[in-house]
Amino acid sequence: MSLQLFINLAYIVSSVMFIFGLKMLSSPATARRGNMLSALGMAIAVIVTLLDQNIITYQWIIVGIVIGTVVGVAAARMVAMTAMPEMVALLNGSGGLASLLLGWAEYQRDFGIPTFTAGVIALTVLIGGVTFTGSVIAWAKLSGKMDGKPILFQGQQIVNALLLLAILVCGILFTISPPTSYLILMILIVLSLILGVMSVIPIGGADMPVVISLLNSYSGLAACAAGFVIENNLLIVAGALVGASGIILTNIMCKAMNRSLSNVLFSGFGSATSGGTAVEGEAKPISAEDSYLVLEAANSVVFVPGYGLAVAQAQHAVRELGELLESNGAEVSYAIHPVAGRMPGHMNVLLAEANVPYDQLVEMDDINPIMETVDICIVVGANDVVNPAAREDEASPLYGMPIINVDKARTVIVLKRSMRAGFAGVENPLFFKDNTRMLFGDAKASVQALVREFKEG
Amino acid sequence: MRRIIIPTAVFLTVLISSPALAAPLAQEGGDEVSLTPIFLAFILALSIFLGFELISKVPATLHTPLMSGSNAISGITLVGSLIAAGHGNDTATIILGTVAVATATINVVGGYLVTDRMLEMFKKKEE
Repeated sequence: MSLQLFINLAYIVSSVMFIFGLKMLSSPATARRGNMLSALGMAIAVIVTLLDQNIITYQWIIVGIVIGTVVGVAAARMVAMTAMPEMVALLNGSGGLASLLLGWAEYQRDFGIPTFTAGVIALTVLIGGVTFTGSVIAWAKLSGKMDGKPILFQGQQIVNALLLLAILVCGILFTISPPTSYLILMILIVLSLILGVMSVIPIGGADMPVVISLLNSYSGLAACAAGFVIENNLLIVAGALVGASGIILTNIMCKAMNRSLSNVLFSGFGSATSGGTAVEGEAKPISAEDSYLVLEAANSVVFVPGYGLAVAQAQHAVRELGELLESNGAEVSYAIHPVAGRMPGHMNVLLAEANVPYDQLVEMDDINPIMETVDICIVVGANDVVNPAAREDEASPLYGMPIINVDKARTVIVLKRSMRAGFAGVENPLFFKDNTRMLFGDAKASVQALVREFKEG
Repeated sequence: MRRIIIPTAVFLTVLISSPALAAPLAQEGGDEVSLTPIFLAFILALSIFLGFELISKVPATLHTPLMSGSNAISGITLVGSLIAAGHGNDTATIILGTVAVATATINVVGGYLVTDRMLEMFKKKEE
């Protein structure tokens, strides 16, 4: 008893450390220490659990921990900052898989479980399974192993509805009589895995920020459900914190796209090509030399990065240009739209990697009111998040989405490969505005050309 | 500050008192329904509120580290998997437990390390 008490007291300490760790994430200055505090809490939880008398043999634990540590360290060390969305997707997936396996193992250990435990095992397996395969599909889409376009087919809704119904039936059957329902649990696992695939394939690439946030939340909820299975407070607390975090992020992402969660999940946005008023006019190209002359005279410059920055790996070149502009006397900042990139905060991490100080990163709501005073906006690989049709054209599919109002700056320079439409398949009237100039070419090459102009000039 | 302290205090009180409350009930128990699920649900409800309070204060700039860091926290299932892997009676349980330990460890180790790598890069402007 006293050992059990000691373990539970240590769990309380752990949960407090998780809480303070998350609290310290409220500022970049304390965030790193917060993460370490949280990791320390985890270490305490693991060490005291190893004292548990239910553990008879350690050899398999060691095997599991060694494999997990090697893979985890290798992945964390080697992943490129541009590949962070894929990494987070895979981490979500492994969390979901761990919960699924834990639920299954608890049943395997003792078939004669009470009804309540059986119910939460079914729930754990369901959430864990959906998180696992959903994350794998999200990873495949993000890393280009799978086409990022939504996959839609006739009768998709009906198939999904039947799948959900079957899962519900299996869950109930399993809960009613766990000792005789091994096969039903297996069917439940398979159906959950299929549901995970089915729920992510109809979602397009640029909607991935929502999907990743949601899967993040699921991985927490799966841990939470597993906490009910083994009746462990720490799992419930930690899982709930993660679940809440994912839900908040999902909500922020949906708001930033002016779409409801159900619209993101079920509509197959981006598969339609129509919509919006056709834009008339001619885009005005500009050369690197002319861009240099404009930039050289500017007092304030705002960079607006998008997914194209990540694709072109242009973050270091952009920072270099930013520094040159600053030493030239201009005020430089970076305006970041909440859904720029493929996951929440994607652009911030890339710019931080390139040594852009975080006090230069500005949020959409802070830059928009002062946009009229900005001399030059440089749009690097962003499209839909700066599309004025979202503000002006009621027929546009983007209408109502909050955007960074770059068109209100005195001059806009758009770095772009070609005149191709953005992810939403919507024409961007920004390119045809009087104050817009198009600098065509690969974003990184264009920025490097500007850097050269500055160094020579 | 107060907005954090009060929920934390309430939450901790419940966390500490719940086993104390549950213990005598379980002893009286016999055929009666266990109240443990209720206490667990109680903790869940409070934790969710606490989570919302905490996370809504995280600035947009740190959303990616928030995701990877909270992901590492969700690897807490490791605690349960350890017991399954070390239980040692049934081969199938051991296999499931060991794989669960491995995947949860990936989550924990990979999550914390990659978060640390990211947060290390967030720097203030040097003057």
